This record gives sequence, structure tokens and C-alpha cells, in this order.
Amino acid sequence: MYKYDQYDQAIVDARVDEFRDQVRRRLAGQITEDQFKPLRLMNGLYLQLHAYMLRVAVPYGTLDGRQMRMLGHIARKYDRGYGHFTTRQNIQYNWIKLEDAPDILADLATVEMHAIQTSGNCIRNISSDQFAGAAADEIADPRPWAELLRQWSTFHPEFSYLPRKFKIAVIAAPEDRAAMRLHDIGIELVERDGVLGARIFVGGGMGRTPMIAPEIKDFVSADDLMSYLEACLRVYNRYGRRDNIYKARIKILIHELGADEYRRQVEEEFALVKALGIDPPAAELERITAFFAPPAFEAGASDAIDRSDPDFAVWLDQNVKPHKQPGYAIVNISLKPIGGIPGDASADQIDVMADLAERYSFDELRVTHAQNIVLPHVRKVDLYTLWQRLSDAKLADANLDLISDIIACPGLDYCSLANARSIPVAQKIATRFADLGRQRELGELKLKISGCINACGHHHAGHIGILGVDKKGTENYQLLLGGSGAEDASLGKITGPGFNEDGIVDAVERVTDKYLQVREEGERFLDTYRRVGFDPFKEAIYG
Amino acid sequence: MKILTGNDLPTGDVIWWTGSGWSRHVEDAADVGDQGDAILQAEDGARRVNGGYIIDATATPEGPRPAHIKDRIRALGPTVRPDLTLKPSDPNAGNWVI
Repeated sequence: MYKYDQYDQAIVDARVDEFRDQVRRRLAGQITEDQFKPLRLMNGLYLQLHAYMLRVAVPYGTLDGRQMRMLGHIARKYDRGYGHFTTRQNIQYNWIKLEDAPDILADLATVEMHAIQTSGNCIRNISSDQFAGAAADEIADPRPWAELLRQWSTFHPEFSYLPRKFKIAVIAAPEDRAAMRLHDIGIELVERDGVLGARIFVGGGMGRTPMIAPEIKDFVSADDLMSYLEACLRVYNRYGRRDNIYKARIKILIHELGADEYRRQVEEEFALVKALGIDPPAAELERITAFFAPPAFEAGASDAIDRSDPDFAVWLDQNVKPHKQPGYAIVNISLKPIGGIPGDASADQIDVMADLAERYSFDELRVTHAQNIVLPHVRKVDLYTLWQRLSDAKLADANLDLISDIIACPGLDYCSLANARSIPVAQKIATRFADLGRQRELGELKLKISGCINACGHHHAGHIGILGVDKKGTENYQLLLGGSGAEDASLGKITGPGFNEDGIVDAVERVTDKYLQVREEGERFLDTYRRVGFDPFKEAIYG
Repeated sequence: MKILTGNDLPTGDVIWWTGSGWSRHVEDAADVGDQGDAILQAEDGARRVNGGYIIDATATPEGPRPAHIKDRIRALGPTVRPDLTLKPSDPNAGNWVI
């Protein structure tokens, strides 16, 4: 894992001191809320329904046990004993006091963490593949590049006041586990003729105008990557629609310009930028890359696993994924207990996960955009003991990628932007499909719920998506089918009139019943939907 | 009726205008008639409220009930965490929201 150098630490420490003074001045009445609001947002502090909400950055979703334990400490000392892991691989606290915020940031800084770039019209926290460094299918580790992007984007003087927020994902495997093409810029590291480079996708996103990013460049050499990205941002910064917040994202610019014209302008800008020499010298890239060297895997670790405990075997099949190192596995910890709140973890559970990472996963954890946690490097011989420890902490739900592994935004229970509650709908659906055998019979089925059109719950990218809306003062839920955030990215289609809270659960069940009727051998729900089309499902839903 | 709500500046707590000050409990909220803007201006200036706004509510025997579900959730707390609402011992408190 990357470790701060003196510059990183100095930047973060200075920001804590600066914010402490800003809070002091706000509380003393020396600055107004209008003056203070952009300052607190630059430090991840929102004002939500019940209190201030602090969003803490987890760069590319990677953290160690010490950092995870700090997240538990903050939940326990400053919040109400829990945190909420988000679809941006971050964590949010819902009950923060303004007067405590500087102390929280100071505590975070002691473990090389902060809340910078978790709000505002800047380049947000970089997201990546939660299996980075462990996945058997990756062609390189994306984390050094994500870290380089973090350093490049931190307080970038040109890009701190963009037309709108800007999200970048970097992956390095053909399987897209980071919803890469639904980002403002998606980077897929690839090799061509033995040279490392990247495919560049620009202009994806969800929100009120969902778009899948078109490919803007099929190959940029790694030596040119930062210059090319700088050029992409410069064109957006110059021509993005600052006049209209609803048209200010880069996806709208590219939609209006056309991908070809945007590409032409980027190439023109790239020719200028490349001469500036902003691509890192090889020594700096090597310095960063060295932090992500593989851990000291045990040579000859056994691949044998005793599957005699049937509950363990189910968890193994559902939540444990292949590792590139023989004798090791990737463990997914579901934060989706039946009837629970997707993405929430108590301070005690956070501590347990920190302990288990230190004991069993070379002190590494990942936060996933699906609001789960990953222990990336676990010896297979340790899996059973680890599973038992997870079970004791109620963290062993064997439902990864099943219908109860629901992404849900905080919705109207917490969020001031929301129009409808998301969490109760997630709870009711998970409870309806609580039987694990039934869930596994349905197979991979990604259900995603947003409580408003801003789509923090990724409903556009759900195999089944649900969007909560306000219909004359009451909550109403629209159903979407056919979305995907993976390498086969697609946007869901609204089925028709919406439903109330109970009606949407019934509608989901009619969809899954139809799927079971018409699916063919080996098909996932999404495969069946794409084969048979929209109409059979619409008929099943509305009769 | 018209009532005022906002957040307490240092803590962020949801607060309601009582006619003479601010309370954490919506049942203490007072009808402000057409005086809402003037009250908010004075209270915001004195930093006794942050982000204050006027809402419609219905007078009930138990006190004002905000017209919109968002403000009812603000008044009670998250419906999915009854233990964190203002009425953690009342299992039916969430019904008031819906």
C-alpha cells in the first residue's frame, strides 16, 4: 500500500489546520453559511436531513487495518456507532457535529486519511477494481496508476473549480468490476505489442442523463497517460456548460460536441500538453509502484479446502473468488444481511474486519462500489477459520452478486436530495427473497436502488433497477430492467407506471418468476432479458 | 399552519421554532403565520439556526405534523433505525412518518 511521504502528510495536516480555523470562524459568526458552505464541502462535510454528514475518502477503495480501525473509532466516538460504505468506495457518517469535524479530520490525518475531494466540482476520489493486485485476469496492477492520479488531481490548480464534479475509474482487467464506463473518465489499462497503455473512455455517468462513455482513444501509451488525461480535462474545463448545472457534466459536452469532435480537440490539446512534461519521470512511477509490490505470499500454499461444513461451502462458492497466487483466495465480506441496511457496518464490525485483515490478508482491505468489503489476499487454508470469525460478527452472508446483495443509496431516510426512501425497499426485497436457495437458483442478479434521479444507487446500471420518485407528495417507485455496470455496460429501461413500496416488491418478484420460466441453461437474468427482450417482462409485470 | 425548521449550527441537530426559541421536538413548533421570513432572518443572523426554512404543517392533537414526508423524517429520525429516532421506545413511531 502507498505510504504518505512528507509532502502528502504536510498537505493533509495543513488542510486540517485550515479547516479548524474555518469552523472556528463560522461558529464565531465571522463568516456566513454562504461563505462557509463551499469550504466545508471541500472537506467532505455536507448538511443532510438529520445532521452534518462527513464523507471520508478511501483512495481507490484501499485501506489497511490501522485505517479501518480509525474508521471504527470515528463511528464510535463522533457518530452513533456505525458508518455507511458508499458506491464511491468511500465511507459516510450520518450524525456528525460541526464542532467535532476538525478533530475528526485530525484523527484521520494520523492514519493518512482525509475527506478531501469527496465533494465539490473537482476530480473526486479515484475509484478502481476492488480485486486489484489479486485478480487472476488483470494485466497490471491498476493501483499505482490510481495513486498517481490521486496525486495529480489533489489540489490541481486548473481542476479545482471544474464545471461540475468529475469521477475517474481505472481498471486493468477485461472484467469491469468498477463500473468504469459509467465514469466521467474510464481508464482500462491494456497491453499492445508488449507496451503498457490504456483505453480511454470519456463521458459516462448516471444521474438524470445516464450515458455509457464512448471510447475516445483506443490506446494511449502509459508514458503519455497523464498528459492525455490533462488534455481531456482541459477541453472539458474550457467548454463544459457552466451556465446550467444540469448540463455541466462532461457527458453532456461530449454528447453535444460528438465524440469525434471532442477527440479531435483533445488530440490538439494533447500536442500542447505533452510538451509541458507533466508525465512523471520513470523514477517517480517506480517509487509509487514499489508500494504496491505483491505481499510475501507463502510459496507452495495449499489449494485444498475442506468443504464438509455445508454453510461454509455455500459461502465459499458465493463469496470467495480466485486469486492469481496459488493457495490464496479473494474474500468478499457482504454488508447486505437480510433486512439490514446495505453498506452499513457497526464500529464493532469495522474493528473485526480490521483485525481479520491484519491476521489473514496481509493487512489489506478494499471497499467495493457495491458497498461490500474485500479481503484481497487470504490463504485458502485460513478460509474456514476466517469464515467462522466473520459469522461471529454477522458478516458471513453468502449472497455476493445475488438479488439480496442490493446497492441502495441512503435515500430519504438520510439524504436531503432524495425523493423517496431506498433502504426500506431494499430491506423488503431482501426479506422477500431471504431463502438463500431461492437466491442461488436465480443466480447473479444485480439489483440497485436510488432514492432520486441523481442515481447514487446506480439504478440505471442494475439488472433490475429501482428509482424512487415523489408523486404528489407520496413515494413512488419506477422499475427498470436490463442495466449493467460491467464490461457489458448497458442502461436499464423503465418498464412503465411506478408502484408503491409494497407494489414494487411484488413487481420484482413477477420479473424473477418470468425469468425462471423463460431462461435457458446457463443464462443469468441479464442474459435472458437480452435474449427475450423487454416485452415478456413488461407483460408479466403489468398483466 | 406554517412552522419553521432548520439545523442547529454547531451540532447540526434538526430544530423547530417554538415562538420564543428552538426545540428538538416538532410538537413544540409554533404557527408563525406570515412572520416566518422575518423570524428566520433574525435567527440566522444570530446563528441560532442554520439553513432555516418555512414548511406547511397540519395541526393535530399531538402537535404539528409536517405536510411533507421529508420533514416528518427530519422530525422523527430515520425510519430504518428506530433506535436512533427521537422516540426509540415507541415501536409505532414510524407510522407517524408514513
